[in-house]
Amino acid sequence: MAEERATSTDTLLEYCLRLGDDRLILGHRLSEWCGHGPILEEDIALANIALDFLGQASHALEVAAAAEGAGRSADDLAFFREGVQFRNLLIVELPRGDFAFTIARQFLFDAFSVHLMDALQKSAEPRIAELAAKAVKEDRYHVRHSAEWMVKLGDGTDESHTRLQNAVNDLWRFTGEMFLADPVDDAAAAAGIAPAASTLKEKWDAVVNDVFARANITRPADEVFMRGGRTGKHTEHLGHLLAEMQIVARSHPGAEW
Amino acid sequence: MSDAPQPRASMTPSEQKAEDPQRIAEFEARIARGESIEPKDWMPDRYRTQLIRMMSQHAHSEIVGMLPEGNWITRAPSLRRKMILLAKVQDEAGHGLYIYCGTETLGVDRSELVDQLLTGKAKYSSIFNYPTLSWADMGVIGWFVDGAAIVNQTVLAKASYGPYARAMIRICKEENFHKKQGYEIIATLANGTPEQKAMAQDAINRWWWPSLMMLGPSDKDSPNTAELIKWRVKRKTNDELRQRFVDITVPQAQAVGLTLPDPDLKYNEETQHWEHGAIDWDEFWQVVKGNGPCNRERIAARREAHENGRWVRDAAEAHAAKKAARNQPAAA
Amino acid sequence: MTDTPKGATGNGTDSQWPLWEVFVQPAQAAPYEHCGSVHAADAEGAMQNARDVYARRGEAIGIWVVPSSAIVASKPEDAGSFFDPADDKIYRHPQFYKIPRGLKGF
Repeated sequence: MAEERATSTDTLLEYCLRLGDDRLILGHRLSEWCGHGPILEEDIALANIALDFLGQASHALEVAAAAEGAGRSADDLAFFREGVQFRNLLIVELPRGDFAFTIARQFLFDAFSVHLMDALQKSAEPRIAELAAKAVKEDRYHVRHSAEWMVKLGDGTDESHTRLQNAVNDLWRFTGEMFLADPVDDAAAAAGIAPAASTLKEKWDAVVNDVFARANITRPADEVFMRGGRTGKHTEHLGHLLAEMQIVARSHPGAEW
Repeated sequence: MSDAPQPRASMTPSEQKAEDPQRIAEFEARIARGESIEPKDWMPDRYRTQLIRMMSQHAHSEIVGMLPEGNWITRAPSLRRKMILLAKVQDEAGHGLYIYCGTETLGVDRSELVDQLLTGKAKYSSIFNYPTLSWADMGVIGWFVDGAAIVNQTVLAKASYGPYARAMIRICKEENFHKKQGYEIIATLANGTPEQKAMAQDAINRWWWPSLMMLGPSDKDSPNTAELIKWRVKRKTNDELRQRFVDITVPQAQAVGLTLPDPDLKYNEETQHWEHGAIDWDEFWQVVKGNGPCNRERIAARREAHENGRWVRDAAEAHAAKKAARNQPAAA
Repeated sequence: MTDTPKGATGNGTDSQWPLWEVFVQPAQAAPYEHCGSVHAADAEGAMQNARDVYARRGEAIGIWVVPSSAIVASKPEDAGSFFDPADDKIYRHPQFYKIPRGLKGF
């Protein structure tokens, strides 16, 4: 009995770290655009989306911290873990690139996240269901925003089309990781905490194919997929991101802000 | 808020060439009666020019002002602070946008205004040419810089030009949280570890004098003030605003046990005002002329964003044109 | 409704996109009010930008966007002939009429 509880605690903790870290790291990358966007209106739009993700991350990490029960806070998890302890997808930690790369990444992630959050509304874990009920509304807007930009860039000029197609080509090998089954995913699905990630693939494909068609973007072939983020095997980019993100907090351990 | 939208293209009335003294007198009588001037109303050329200069300068300041604080979004020390700072810097973008739109009602396009900023023809607030060196700067900027801005903008909300006044009302409503979050950062640092308190004091020492300068040159060196006040584009002189800012800020510093770096600062019982020491106006004029610590970096960052965004703006426009052409019924 | 308003696309080679006027409905049953403008390349862009710029603090439950060039506005010089004649039609206002004292709930 005790062993069983420990397992479900670990599953909830791990699953919430995944939810939280994806959104923390992606929100952080998006926030890098603040003050540097292509036009004032879009600067504001990207900040709104970043704020939604940071809010979702904060919520998920609170649930993770509570599940862990070790007296750590969401901030402790965000600012005092090492890179190898982060559980985010590799796709969210890649540098922000140009606007086409940012939009393509947002779109590929949004199309995944919106269906995930939709399913998580029925999570057996009430704190996750609560998080998802709020997040799914935000995500519906995110995918509307990024899909619209996919079409604008794909259909716009030769330059924008080339940049977008290149971005999609570069990002494609990072998309498979979203739907990978592993023991945490299986356990979360078995416990009714979350849908099995693989069940989201069909819905994601439908959105992606529709938008690619409207944006005149060629879907790259499924060749090699990168993986590792869920178990802490990250790209080299994450360490630099965290060095920046954690510097102030880590310089003053235990301080209030 | 009800702003009468105006078609922008044909804004400048042609009859404005001859500045009829009678019309000027009527215009000034309207101002004196406290009436609000709207975009299509007749106005002296000089009023229009002064407004464009002042409003666009204000809008540019909001946009350039995103950079020093934006510098710390990725390093904010807690999730809450990260979200607050991002929301705050985003608000500055919004404020720049509102004021640009207000300026556009005077018949000038935003692309022209952006161009003036990027080519150095237009000025922006001197304060944003100082570097942000520690997290405590986020606190002090909210407290001092937004504090000074609120003092200025509260008065501008009663300016004679309707679109400017309405933008200010909206901005003042949104800006209330900016100063509070800044002061909260400082209060937290002041009550924190000795290192945190020292960080806060250091930031205050660096930002106090530039914040006083930010309210503009002393009245005797402010050639535009008299005219701007006469037309109710400004409602208070720079020195009046500065005095109000000092009176508000001194007790706030005392409340958190931090000091302002001015040995001459003293309370005058008779006037009931805090009197500050001499401001180094040479420094101010150097910064205004482009020789502040970060002038070049700020404009370079804006130019880079503008240039990197050009293909994006073009793409959106090209897509809109293609879509419109596709939706056009086949030519008869 | 035109999707792409003409004009106002800048004077140089750079575009900041055409201007749109934004109206928001602040609450249920309230009338839409003009709240400002945004630049956008097309109608969907204008709608999204209006949402991101003018509804960040829950100020709106509905949004209209209209190309600025589509707005027809009265001119200040027409003000006399347009609005002054309404000034002396006091019989249009209920307080013009007398009802017997003591009558309640008219």
